[in-house]
Amino acid sequence: MGDEVKLHGTWFSPFVTRVQIVLKLKGVEYEYVEEDLKNKSPLLLKINPIYEKVPVLIHNGNPIVESLIVIEYIDEAFSGPSILPKDPYERSKARFWTKFLDDKGMPPLWKACWSKGEEREKAKEEALESLKILENEIKGKKFFGGNKIGILDVTADFFAYGIPILEELTKIKLLTEDEFPCLLKWVTNYCNDPFVKEYFPVDDPLAKEYFPPKGPLSASYKVGLHQSPPHKHAFYGAAFLESQNRRPKYISDIPE
Amino acid sequence: MEESSSTSNSTSNKGVKVVGFWVSLFSQRVRWGLKLKGIEYEYVEEDINNKSPLLFELNPLYGKVPILVHDGVSFPESRIILEYIDQFWPHNPLMPLDPYHRAQARFWAKFADEKLLDPAWFVLNLEGEDQERAAKIVSVHLEKIEEMIKGKKYFGGNTIGFLDLVLAFIAYILPAWEEVASIKMVDPSKFPGIATWTDNFLNHPVVKTEYFPPKDQTLSYYKCRRHELLPLYKSYGNKIWTYIGTQ
Repeated sequence: MGDEVKLHGTWFSPFVTRVQIVLKLKGVEYEYVEEDLKNKSPLLLKINPIYEKVPVLIHNGNPIVESLIVIEYIDEAFSGPSILPKDPYERSKARFWTKFLDDKGMPPLWKACWSKGEEREKAKEEALESLKILENEIKGKKFFGGNKIGILDVTADFFAYGIPILEELTKIKLLTEDEFPCLLKWVTNYCNDPFVKEYFPVDDPLAKEYFPPKGPLSASYKVGLHQSPPHKHAFYGAAFLESQNRRPKYISDIPE
Repeated sequence: MEESSSTSNSTSNKGVKVVGFWVSLFSQRVRWGLKLKGIEYEYVEEDINNKSPLLFELNPLYGKVPILVHDGVSFPESRIILEYIDQFWPHNPLMPLDPYHRAQARFWAKFADEKLLDPAWFVLNLEGEDQERAAKIVSVHLEKIEEMIKGKKYFGGNTIGFLDLVLAFIAYILPAWEEVASIKMVDPSKFPGIATWTDNFLNHPVVKTEYFPPKDQTLSYYKCRRHELLPLYKSYGNKIWTYIGTQ
């Protein structure tokens, strides 16, 4: 007995968040260690010499890296509710879709947030293609995992809060009601799920207005930046504006 | 070399079909995986340079080989197929049994496809300084593989497994690309462990009995690819390096 579980991560990384949600779903107690990626600890470099990235899960001294691999490990190594489906076909399907999300879904979306001009337009096109595929996949389901959240929902975590931010800041609607009615419903369902809610602090009335996505972002991120730790949305909002060479009006320190 | 898969055998195990391409290293993984499990399958050749509608019907998102069709259900992505095969037919396990070693196998498989195979493809299709730079990246990453094989007969331990099948391209595809592109990537004096494993793998009693792409045709095929892709990749200039990562 006496499992020692440590998770090295950064508070704003969607790859870390997904692991935290899975640990919570599985009911695993762990110690969280915040890493400063601009100033990587010798420990991080030692335990993840190949990628030097987070998340890193250390279970009884054994390190496991790459978020999707970590999630499968947690599912196999600990007892508790299944994260991946048990049936071989459904399991393969889940692996396929999470790989799709990480290969074709996240990169253009991430790029669309931080790039400019033609590059951003191209990334947005690719992101929209992937969103159309996801819309098809979520049709008729509450979550990608069925009636409760599964590995694909958790992997798509960034879509739930990243897209609304991007839309607000670029003033361009990606998730329109016409084209993506099911995905929009999913965003609301996902963000209201009790396991997920912890990672979207909504105890501030202005932030509450923002989540589910509606209401002024600028208010929420202004407020968010004064919370501690900084509100994720505020971070992405501020960092986005920085990338566009526009300094957000009300903050003096942008969290990194 | 004749194919040993049973294309005419109608008693194939629950309707197992592999849609592949004769030289594709990804298709080959699946063929070896099924062979190691003793699962008979029907093989369907697909020309990836002239894709048929069937390919997009079975793999609508990517339109790529290999695709495993089992009982009418299709599975793309070679590593995912191997894990499916392993779970559905648990005898002669391909994956390690404990979660930690399974995680390690999955990690190295991902590493091999992203950090080894991608740069190696550029070694095949670039020249001059660019080619040398790509070869250096391959070499650095191969060192990690060399470290892993030390003291082991196979990456799976005493028996061949998932990681051996995923890394198999080191044993026969990289040497072909070396010959076509006139550059060394897997120097046996630098990587003695890998050299020994190559022999063990290619001479494995079961691996040996499965279809294997003929060497001469393999070389001709990749000569053609290099001829086509060299000018294209050259035109990308420095963008290539953002794709495979600088090191």
